[in-house]
Amino acid sequence: MTTLEIAFRNIFRNRRRSLMTLMTICIGAVATLIFAGFMNYMLLGYQTVTVERTGHLAISQNGYFDFGAGNPTAYSIRKYKDIVRLVENDPVLRPMTAVVTPTLSLVGIAGNYSADASKTFFGQGVVPADGDHMRQWNEYGLGVDGRFNKQRYLLANDDIDGGVVGTGLARILRLCEPLHIDGCPSPPKEKKNRPAMDIASVAPEDFTSLVAEIAPPPQDNSAEELHIDLLAATSGGTPNVVSLTVKGADYMGIKEVDDNFILMNLERAQQLLYGRNEHEVTSIVVQLHKTEDLPQAHAQLVSLFKTHGLDLEVHDFTDLVSQYKQVEGMYQFIFLFISMIMVIIVLFTVVNTMSMSVMERTAEIGTLRALGVQRGGIRRQFVAEGWVLGVIGATAGVALASGITIAINHASFTFTPPGVVRPIPFSLYLFGDSGIILKTWLSLTVVAAIAAFVPAHRAAKMPVVDALRHV
Amino acid sequence: MVVRFDGVSKVYDAGTVRVTALKDINLVITRQRFTMIIGPSGSGKTTLLNLIGCIDTPTAGKVQICGQDIGTLKDRAITEFRAKNIGYIFQNFNLIPVLSAYENVEYALLQNDLSARERRERVREILAAVGLDAQRDQRPNQLSGGQRQRVAIARALIKRPAIVLADEPTANLDSATGAAIVELMHDMQRDSETTFIFSTHDPHLMTHAEETFTIRDGVLANHQQGAVKMRLETLQ
Repeated sequence: MTTLEIAFRNIFRNRRRSLMTLMTICIGAVATLIFAGFMNYMLLGYQTVTVERTGHLAISQNGYFDFGAGNPTAYSIRKYKDIVRLVENDPVLRPMTAVVTPTLSLVGIAGNYSADASKTFFGQGVVPADGDHMRQWNEYGLGVDGRFNKQRYLLANDDIDGGVVGTGLARILRLCEPLHIDGCPSPPKEKKNRPAMDIASVAPEDFTSLVAEIAPPPQDNSAEELHIDLLAATSGGTPNVVSLTVKGADYMGIKEVDDNFILMNLERAQQLLYGRNEHEVTSIVVQLHKTEDLPQAHAQLVSLFKTHGLDLEVHDFTDLVSQYKQVEGMYQFIFLFISMIMVIIVLFTVVNTMSMSVMERTAEIGTLRALGVQRGGIRRQFVAEGWVLGVIGATAGVALASGITIAINHASFTFTPPGVVRPIPFSLYLFGDSGIILKTWLSLTVVAAIAAFVPAHRAAKMPVVDALRHV
Repeated sequence: MVVRFDGVSKVYDAGTVRVTALKDINLVITRQRFTMIIGPSGSGKTTLLNLIGCIDTPTAGKVQICGQDIGTLKDRAITEFRAKNIGYIFQNFNLIPVLSAYENVEYALLQNDLSARERRERVREILAAVGLDAQRDQRPNQLSGGQRQRVAIARALIKRPAIVLADEPTANLDSATGAAIVELMHDMQRDSETTFIFSTHDPHLMTHAEETFTIRDGVLANHQQGAVKMRLETLQ
């Protein structure tokens, strides 16, 4: 017969009260764990979406991260293929890396001259096969069929002149109809009296002659292939124009991005930005198999570049996507807030239950003390009862939360979080995070034991004579 | 001598009211006796018993139990002393409701350093002695009043204490059961070295006294060997 055995029997002396207490602890555990599962899913989903797109690490010329957006060619990486090879062949990095791929970011003007529409854009040149490979990254097994993002990758390596535009940019460039974009509004009728702009009368002479010389003839949008023209300043400072075959349009999640973004083949982006000069890139993206390798991979890259005297900087995806840490911090704060509320509710419920129990059992406490039980023994008994309540309640809570998680994960719910293009499966990520289950269980049991300590201490300090006299 | 009181007084201070429960008590109780403390309600019997049982402390005077000056001990040492030397039998039995008869008796031994095997043997032996072998697994609410008091007696005696204190042990029992309980206690006292000290109103119980102390208004009014023949109404 141990203190725990007696504690277990004592908590069922007043079944209704104990049941209410157990339910409170159970609901506290369920609420905490379900939110933890939701938070984990959102954060890991966000991480997956981010890493699919940007990789884990981005290597760039020193200074590019802070100043490169204003002048990408000044901060681009020369002989980037050698650096890609260096990273791919490093014995420490090789087992960790899934993809090492160069990318080129650029800005310019996109024009659909047949529709008399143009728009500044920012674009990214990628190696399509690598981009498609990156999109398959799903370390946490989120979504269904082992794939979180089921979006089709519209570019292929041999589509040298191919590109994908944001649906917003497609709308602005009057490409909705030929691209068959659903829900794309038609432009309002233009004023008839408005005179047609004669570009020759307002543009500098050299620009006009350049357009006449190198711009392709106007395209027929009804044809099978749809073309737009991209204009950008080359690394030498001269304007350059290339034609892009629009393979499709994709919603980019955020309107500002959607209205401006063009994804294109790296080679086409390099032709636009470097012309016949040496082709360079602005970044080399490294995607790892596992996010937990990030610190080691980061350190190894820094060390590798230092050893080879390369003036390169390395940033991880939490630096590149500025809101990542904010989103993570916000979820963690909400989780902490909810957990604290649950802890306070459990604390007061157990204090109340154990105080009632001490009051009802005052004569029994006196008897035990008269029999020779030390104050510590009385204290231990009541703390054990609080702890047993916590253990039963928290265990039931973990079991119930597990059941709810399984039910939700099999219900095939979908939702579209902010910044994500299409609805994604809604699940709770609880079982992959045994740490949170253990921490929640431990916290609630410890809180229940602590809550029982105050009434237990009061019981232990009771004068034996007064306790025995209690009716 | 197991109990010695030298000039013991006990005053309860309830705010503005001071109640003198015991006044300058001097007494000696010898070993292995069936001792009665009698007196009318409110005379101080229970206070005297509490002082002997080391669950209360005197306001003045010296209490020695088994040669130990109780006033010199801290709470922990007093509790340990109680666990080894004092057994209690309460008017309301005061059994632990969640424990079986066996466990209630065994509980008293948990405070002493005995092996599980020794505990088991002792409990079986004493439950057989009080005639509760068959009821060993029953909880107090499944036992009759007499059976409960037998469990309480077994619990008090299991640790072979120097003193067993019984506060009105037959008050909640019918006369036949009460008489049987008194017989049982007397038998067990004869077979042990334990001193039984009772506070009682029960005339039947008083007839078994080997030594009797009469308390009246907190003062030791009478002490005599053997039982006191007293009209019942003088005790009420």
